[in-house]
Amino acid sequence: MAETEYEHPLMKVYREQLGCGFPQVVQVFEDCMAEALSVLSREGIDAFLEYARFLCKMGRGVEPVLIFLEEWPSVAATLGEPALPALSAFIYKMHKSPNGKAIVPFLQSLAAIARRLPSQEQMQDYMDLALDFMERTTGSIHGIHATFASPGLPEFFQQTPSLLNQVSISGLKNWVEYGIRNYHDHPDRQREYFSLQSADSRAMMQRERHGTLLVDNERKLDMALRGLWNDSDHFVPYSLKLDELRKPIPYYDKLGIRLPDVYDDRNGVTGIDRYRAVLAHIVGHKRWTTAIFADNYSPFQRMTIEFMEDSRVEYLAMRQYPGLRRIFLALHPVPAEDACDPEKESAVRHRLAMLSRAILDANHPYQNPNIIDFAQRFQALMAQGESSTQEIADLAVLFGARARRQSDQLPNLHFKDTEIDYRDDNRQMWKFIEEGDEEEAFDQHRKVELEEEIKGLPPRHYPEWDYTSQTYRPDWASVYEALHPKGNATDIDRLLEKHSALAKRLKRMLDLLKPQEKVRIRYQEEGSELDLDVALRSLIDFKGGATPDPRINMSHKTSGRDIAVMLLLDLSESLNESVFAGMGGKPPNSQKVAGSEQTILELSQEAVSLLAWAVDKLGDPFAIGGFHSNTRHDVRYLHIKGYSEPWNDEVKGRLAAMKAGYSTRMGAAMRHAAHYLAAQKADKKLMLILTDGQPADVDTKDERLLIEDARQAVKELDQKGIYAYCINLDPKADEYVTDIFGKRYTVIDNIQRLPERLPQLFMALTK
Amino acid sequence: MPIKDQYKVHKEPFYQQQSNEVALYEAAYAARLPVMVKGPTGCGKSRFIEYMAWKLNKPLITVACNEDMTASDLVGRYLLDANGTRWLDGPLTTAARIGAICYLDEIVEARQDTTVVIHPLTDHRRTLPLDKKGELLEAHPDFQLVISYNPGYQNLMKDLKQSTKQRFTAFEFDYPEAQLETRIVARETGTDEALAGQLVKIGNVARNLKGHGLDEGISTRLLVYAATLIKGGVAPRDACRMALVRPITDDADIRDTLDHAIDATFG
Repeated sequence: MAETEYEHPLMKVYREQLGCGFPQVVQVFEDCMAEALSVLSREGIDAFLEYARFLCKMGRGVEPVLIFLEEWPSVAATLGEPALPALSAFIYKMHKSPNGKAIVPFLQSLAAIARRLPSQEQMQDYMDLALDFMERTTGSIHGIHATFASPGLPEFFQQTPSLLNQVSISGLKNWVEYGIRNYHDHPDRQREYFSLQSADSRAMMQRERHGTLLVDNERKLDMALRGLWNDSDHFVPYSLKLDELRKPIPYYDKLGIRLPDVYDDRNGVTGIDRYRAVLAHIVGHKRWTTAIFADNYSPFQRMTIEFMEDSRVEYLAMRQYPGLRRIFLALHPVPAEDACDPEKESAVRHRLAMLSRAILDANHPYQNPNIIDFAQRFQALMAQGESSTQEIADLAVLFGARARRQSDQLPNLHFKDTEIDYRDDNRQMWKFIEEGDEEEAFDQHRKVELEEEIKGLPPRHYPEWDYTSQTYRPDWASVYEALHPKGNATDIDRLLEKHSALAKRLKRMLDLLKPQEKVRIRYQEEGSELDLDVALRSLIDFKGGATPDPRINMSHKTSGRDIAVMLLLDLSESLNESVFAGMGGKPPNSQKVAGSEQTILELSQEAVSLLAWAVDKLGDPFAIGGFHSNTRHDVRYLHIKGYSEPWNDEVKGRLAAMKAGYSTRMGAAMRHAAHYLAAQKADKKLMLILTDGQPADVDTKDERLLIEDARQAVKELDQKGIYAYCINLDPKADEYVTDIFGKRYTVIDNIQRLPERLPQLFMALTK
Repeated sequence: MPIKDQYKVHKEPFYQQQSNEVALYEAAYAARLPVMVKGPTGCGKSRFIEYMAWKLNKPLITVACNEDMTASDLVGRYLLDANGTRWLDGPLTTAARIGAICYLDEIVEARQDTTVVIHPLTDHRRTLPLDKKGELLEAHPDFQLVISYNPGYQNLMKDLKQSTKQRFTAFEFDYPEAQLETRIVARETGTDEALAGQLVKIGNVARNLKGHGLDEGISTRLLVYAATLIKGGVAPRDACRMALVRPITDDADIRDTLDHAIDATFG
């Protein structure tokens, strides 16, 4: 304590009122107090000191009081002084629970949060949310006293300011809700979730974000690029989240156009239009900018050239599409002419932004003769044609020389209103003779990036339905698709041979189903049109005295088939059971020949072969896929037959090699198969699912979960216009199969008859 | 009025030549070779034939084909009257009798068995057997057969048989390039070229999207419609939305993109 220093008598009074002996507090007290005095009322000061006193005596060390002293004045300025009691009540509750450690992060984030939730009601919402969070995640043994601190709470407080930047308070609520529900009993996971480290935490937050997401609009932007600019490129999103200091800006390179993952509406310009503005700008560079050597220009010159070249490509873009001007005008900042004091700050950016505005906006407010002069020179240059990067560079250098000031070298740059956020970083504009002259540059070895070998398709992620919370778990299951390994095609031919009698019967049924397009039915007594030829014949008969044929009308009938079919095979381990085991261990029927001791897999193979043969005869588009899973991270979808593949030896070979193993995560497989089936152009889309048991996987303890997920998947298929139908070989299936498929299922008890029943079922369904 | 005059094209239709197609057609007509014109919808195929008929001063009989059309719809049939029956020539027969240009529009829409009746008229024989009537009609020396179709459908069912295809000489049409199309739209509707140019620009946006959700781009015909609406006092944006965007797509993303293109073009 510095007793020798002079202390204002009033400060002394306050300090005594605070009555806090921590040396750290004494050090900063005067500064904090000065700020408090400037924003708080008389009563506010009293309350402030009183509460600080409480925090000091609370027994949680110096930090809470220190942070409170520093933060409260600014919080009170946004929220109002009456917010204090609610705040103190909340802190008191934390203090009385095992979560005392979270008080510090809470107080630390308070000012930042108050800026985003600038009313008492919103703040109250936030504290209620935090309180709910705390109560639900604080652990207890035997359910009587809460004894373990909430693992996620401190992380949550730390993340909230940046989260609130991107989601609303209700979005935050959903995010918290999801985290608590899925991870309340798993401290490490919970911590990961609330510190935004786990993947689904990020995915969940992404879903709650406001603004226009790139992923939702990729197709539109792709079309804008293709349609308006006759160009195409990949879009690579980068994230703006969690990166408040270093704001990335759009750019493009050989891998694609980099765009922010989300844009909020701004100045009356919608998010999608902001994306389009960025695209227009970038395409402008691609089209009209030729890279020039950077080495001959100073950094300031380069900046000037970049600004003016940006203006040029926009000018040319607007020449083509004048309507872009509205968007650019709305997005381009209008720096006030006197905003920057050139004596104190470097005005380079400010000046260039003004010039850029003056070029863009004919009604600009600027008086500066240099700005006006160069805006006119620019217009004159452009009036002659497209100009070029080099010409603009020359003009820019002139401008730089004319307008520069001594103070440009000042270290603090004026930034306000000079960022034009739809422009890219112009990295494509420069070529360098030398890579760089920094010393360490010589030691660096250039990285040669080897292209990674492609091993199979990348996984596709599908959500999974969580019935307990009635929400989707985003990107939960990873589906890996691969071609089914090949076997011997003749095996299948032999199977078909074996069932040739059945095939003959099927053939007869098929003939009845054969596609017939619009047909004319002649010789009708009543019909839609007079059949002139027949009518004449009748008339001639009539005139000739013979009995005329009264069937002189004809009508039309359409009877076409337009059905796309997807057969999804469950290839889980249980298929390897022999049929008797599958029938509940019943002894084999004595009449059966010994050779019928087949596994379900073999019987499925026969049935599928017959069905495939039948559908091929019918000519309906048809695909076969198999699936099994080994936890949610490894759902395998095996491609057996695609829609464009004919029923040939290749396909038969894959079918012959069919093997069973692992578990049944049905929902993910159905969603994946649906994405193929939905792309088919057909009036009716049918997905047949051949399975022998209920959905289950080794990583899911709750039996209902995957059943409910499959049920949800069926609902999704319905919405896509896909009719899902289940053929179940499990005699006890009724317990769950109705839950999933409603009435659209058949249980085949006598598995021996599967080869016969499957094609029949199909025909009955599509008749 | 003699039947020949009934089918004459009396007023000169506006047709803007794209390259040397007029001279080529005249050469084909001089040799009485059958002609096929291909191209996307609304690019000026029918207008071209109409113009040529006018230029050659020959009657033009147009038949719009559809899949319900039978051979007798083309050739002719017996009709009933008070005393019995009477033969009525079909449009193809009439054309062959009077020496007209017979234009079968969208021939692929007709059933393939129907199109076979034109075969004897399209080779050296130049005859049309009317088997029901018991007549072998020799085609008039001025008679010529023209068919049109749109290859953009890409439908297995809707294609011409090789045996039909190989009886024709062919013109391939496409939308004219921007400047020419601007002139056409301006001339056809009497709007100024600046507006026509903007419309053409929007049209080209849609044409770039062909195959990416659009089966066909915006046709010259639709551009003319839009210009007509604007000339009639409709605000350009509304006219474009109504005439250019809404007819061609139900896809929300494409609609949005084209709407944006309209906004971007009209400033």
